[in-house]
Amino acid sequence: MSPIKSLEDLKRVREEALEKRRVKANSGEIQIIVGMGTTGIAAGARETMKAILDTIEKDSLTGIIVTQTGGFGLDANEPIIQVIVGDQPKVTYGKVTAEVARQIMKEHVVGGKVVQEYVIQA
Amino acid sequence: MRELALHILDIVQNSVSAGAQYIKITAAENLSTDRLFLSVEDNGKGMDEAMVARVVDPFVTSRTSRRVGLGIPLLKAAAEACNGWFKISSTLGKGTLVEVEFQHSHIDRMPLGDMGSTILNLVVSYPEIHWVYDYSVNGRHFEFDSQPIKDELGDEVPFTDPSVLAFLREYISTGIASVQTDTN
Repeated sequence: MSPIKSLEDLKRVREEALEKRRVKANSGEIQIIVGMGTTGIAAGARETMKAILDTIEKDSLTGIIVTQTGGFGLDANEPIIQVIVGDQPKVTYGKVTAEVARQIMKEHVVGGKVVQEYVIQA
Repeated sequence: MRELALHILDIVQNSVSAGAQYIKITAAENLSTDRLFLSVEDNGKGMDEAMVARVVDPFVTSRTSRRVGLGIPLLKAAAEACNGWFKISSTLGKGTLVEVEFQHSHIDRMPLGDMGSTILNLVVSYPEIHWVYDYSVNGRHFEFDSQPIKDELGDEVPFTDPSVLAFLREYISTGIASVQTDTN
């Protein structure tokens, strides 16, 4: 009955996480906001968010906060995400499929280069 | 929407907007009674009777960015099309309970879908909220509770830490699979 991953594993996970934090100095916090209103969800926003979380997990990216919000009021461009790197101005992206999300993670969040092709005016 | 898990993700935003600190999501599949029950319970600000009566109307919403809220009417219509029912109960200052039930075998019933992703999204996005997901199949339960996990992680390690994300994803998916084994 008990799942393979149990709460006992969590202590070890926490220690590992703290260890990695010490090794990798935090290079300014990054915030990613996913529009998760009715239209966003219907357009695939959950898969967009899943791709973002998968990338964080697989590429061991730290210092990223992922959150969601209701509609941005720009329904035709859903799914929409906003990326804020440190104290730089926020960048709003539209039509962010899972694939586009992976590209934004690689080029903008990790590489520091805005993916102009998907930038929209918010 | 193609999955009930997406409807849940959608209507839970109402609980978040209502300032809930505790949100419990229940999904109960019962193959002997042929019913699928879903509920979302929160301790948000609640609604008065007039608002509850109007909330299933597509032209009522508390949002300010757009005037039409479709989440609840869509879910209600989906249930009623599948020999089911929809109920919303709310008390001002106490919270809201949304319940919905479907005929499990109904040909038009959407699949429950990827509840694991829905729960992970919510827990990660709103770490300050105490989340509980109670999933059962024919009385076998898996309960996910974010509070003990948050307590164990403390303030230094966020849910978005890569190791924690891996843990959460696997913990939720193995838990869900553990109650499904003898039905599918």
